[in-house]
Amino acid sequence: MKAIVYVGLKPGVLDPQGRTIAGSLQNLGFDEVKSARQGKVIELDLKSENAEAAEARVTEMCEKLLANTVIESYRIEIEA
Amino acid sequence: MRTAVIVFPASNCDRDARDALAKVTGREPIMVWHRETELPDVDFVVIPGGFSYGDYLRSGAIAARSEIMADVKTKVEKGLPVAGFCNGFQVLTEAGILPGALMRNRSLKYICKPQPLTITNTKTRFTSGFNGQKEVVFPIAHHDGNYFADKKTIDRLEKNGQVVFRYNGNPNGSINDIAGITNEAGNVLGMMPHPERAVDPLHGGTDGLALFKSVLGALQ
Repeated sequence: MKAIVYVGLKPGVLDPQGRTIAGSLQNLGFDEVKSARQGKVIELDLKSENAEAAEARVTEMCEKLLANTVIESYRIEIEA
Repeated sequence: MRTAVIVFPASNCDRDARDALAKVTGREPIMVWHRETELPDVDFVVIPGGFSYGDYLRSGAIAARSEIMADVKTKVEKGLPVAGFCNGFQVLTEAGILPGALMRNRSLKYICKPQPLTITNTKTRFTSGFNGQKEVVFPIAHHDGNYFADKKTIDRLEKNGQVVFRYNGNPNGSINDIAGITNEAGNVLGMMPHPERAVDPLHGGTDGLALFKSVLGALQ
């Protein structure tokens, strides 16, 4: 089973990298870009067999290590 | 005063910290590898600067979850004085020992320069020895020094006098120009600037000596 964890800065936390990316895209003529937020993706290969239990464990991983919840939020996708 | 310096893979100011502590205390500190599970019996611990674990995941994130940090946390709760400089500050916030987080500098650039600071609380165990000196210059050298915490936390830090150092000329975007804070109990200091790199005239300044002497004085 695979889990994909998306970690990004919380809304309201200034993301200078995202802002720079948006500025660069606008310079390239992508005028429709209003803003950009940069985050990271962590792919986990799990021994788990139950998706629900796996998600609970991955949530615990996010809280304990993968995200710094002072500044970051996360989203989990479980792939069978 | 017996002291210790924690060493992680890719710490690089551990020897600066050792030299500063040896100079002020007259005794070589004990260098403690991160795999140790228990701190030696010491009076003061420094978590040094550097790029522990190559800044993988987030600066300080992996080091904060190392074996030795569990014991640091336990002893901090019992009142052990601890200071983290630069990466050490990042490790302390990641470990939840100090509030907030250190984000990428606003400029997105690594900044390395002498930085003027104001001591905004001279009554802590880390600043009591500055004898009225309010402005100091310590080197800074970081990419992730932009201090962030939610408004409630910032208000609490300000109200309690936990903001100990502020930048004169904010280099990195830190909220309220915060360069260094203590925990609520006052036994833990975290700061991005490097007092341990300002203890010898050859460093370009000796303002850092008073910080280590303050800790020594507070313990005597």
